[in-house]
Amino acid sequence: MALTRGFSGRSRGPQDTRLPPGQYDAGAAWPVLHVESTPSIDTARWTFEVDGLVDTPVRWSWEEIRALPGSRYEGAIHCVTTWSKFGMRFDGVSVDTLLDIAGVGADAAFALARSHTGYTTNLPLDDLTGGKAWVVWDVDGEPLQDIHGGPARLLVPHLYFWKSAKWVSGLTLLAEDQQGFWERNGYHDHGDPWREQRYQGDR
Amino acid sequence: MTAVVRGRAPHPGPWQTARVTGIRRETPTAKSFTLTLSEPRAFWPGQHMIVRLTAPDGYRAQRSYSIASAPSGAAELDLTVELLPDGEVSRFLHDAVEVGDVLDVRGPIGGHFAWDLRPALGVAGGSGIVPLMSMLRHARALGEPDLFRLVVSVRGPEDLYYAAEVRGPETSIAFTRAVPDGYARPPGRLTADDLAAALDPDRELYVCGSTAFCDAATRLAEAAGVPTGRIRVERFGVTG
Repeated sequence: MALTRGFSGRSRGPQDTRLPPGQYDAGAAWPVLHVESTPSIDTARWTFEVDGLVDTPVRWSWEEIRALPGSRYEGAIHCVTTWSKFGMRFDGVSVDTLLDIAGVGADAAFALARSHTGYTTNLPLDDLTGGKAWVVWDVDGEPLQDIHGGPARLLVPHLYFWKSAKWVSGLTLLAEDQQGFWERNGYHDHGDPWREQRYQGDR
Repeated sequence: MTAVVRGRAPHPGPWQTARVTGIRRETPTAKSFTLTLSEPRAFWPGQHMIVRLTAPDGYRAQRSYSIASAPSGAAELDLTVELLPDGEVSRFLHDAVEVGDVLDVRGPIGGHFAWDLRPALGVAGGSGIVPLMSMLRHARALGEPDLFRLVVSVRGPEDLYYAAEVRGPETSIAFTRAVPDGYARPPGRLTADDLAAALDPDRELYVCGSTAFCDAATRLAEAAGVPTGRIRVERFGVTG
């Protein structure tokens, strides 16, 4: 690592300890980054499934998933493109609730999340359980817009945000890790922002 | 005939240093920086690099910038950087960086938007031309310019990146606000007709620009019958 000649950074107070390394506070902006054309998904056709290594594969309709006990996340999100955003409030259902209904199989250790667009992303099962992950449909009290993954997206806020699959359609539980879209394209299998696990090879 | 590149786009190596060996102004708000890498790495057109700045107190800022040059096997590559309002890194690169300076860089990054040499059409909005210019330059350098066609939407002549180089039989420019003297197409947003002239059934689409531009261009392409699965999109967000 080399110092950059002449660079002191924008004026700043003490280091913001809420910011993981290499991140900046995006403030009020919520940048949009996805690789597909933005879909518009009718909630009448929206479904969410949990399958793979579960006791009983389950599929929920829009009405069915919204009838489950609600759960809220309040806090930060961190994108690998280096913005972080604080004070977000998301409402939806805890992934714990969904997995409890399906019943997690004894050999399940990983999950592959998928979207109605065909997007996929892989996560260790431990990162989806224990109150760390949600399927959400409201942000700051308003329905999630199409460009942010509405009607519903996965939310795994302690990992980089590409793990929080937009337009989420299901989770497949697996015994072995199976790479998703960005992971096959060079991004990290885990994606912990506090360890700067941005790309394959980062420890 | 050029073969489609097999396999996957190159993955990023570790951080390395690069010397700035050239700086060119493209528009009033865009500059291209030629970097000579200490550890040359292969890349595909459409990939990007990360530039990291480090202050004496350890504060760091890093941003991604698309590669504008064609792969050549040499240690040099060009990044074009748009000066963004309140852009901490772009402001420093524009105002403070000089030829001879050394920067920390890492890359190439990104596989989805990387071009594998299948016949393609690029649709660029403003600064979204940068990764598509790498594709255009590559196709021309291979002697197969029709492998990559390009439609650029830009406000006016002074906003067009690579103006001296981009024009050719395989490119067309849609000026949205102001047109050069004698330009046949009246000013206006990108239309289905603009795309139709460059589309044929087998082309992959690479769309790059602001979110609003990408969504509009994608809707035009889908209305023209391009399957959603053949459209790749790279949005330039407010990422500093």
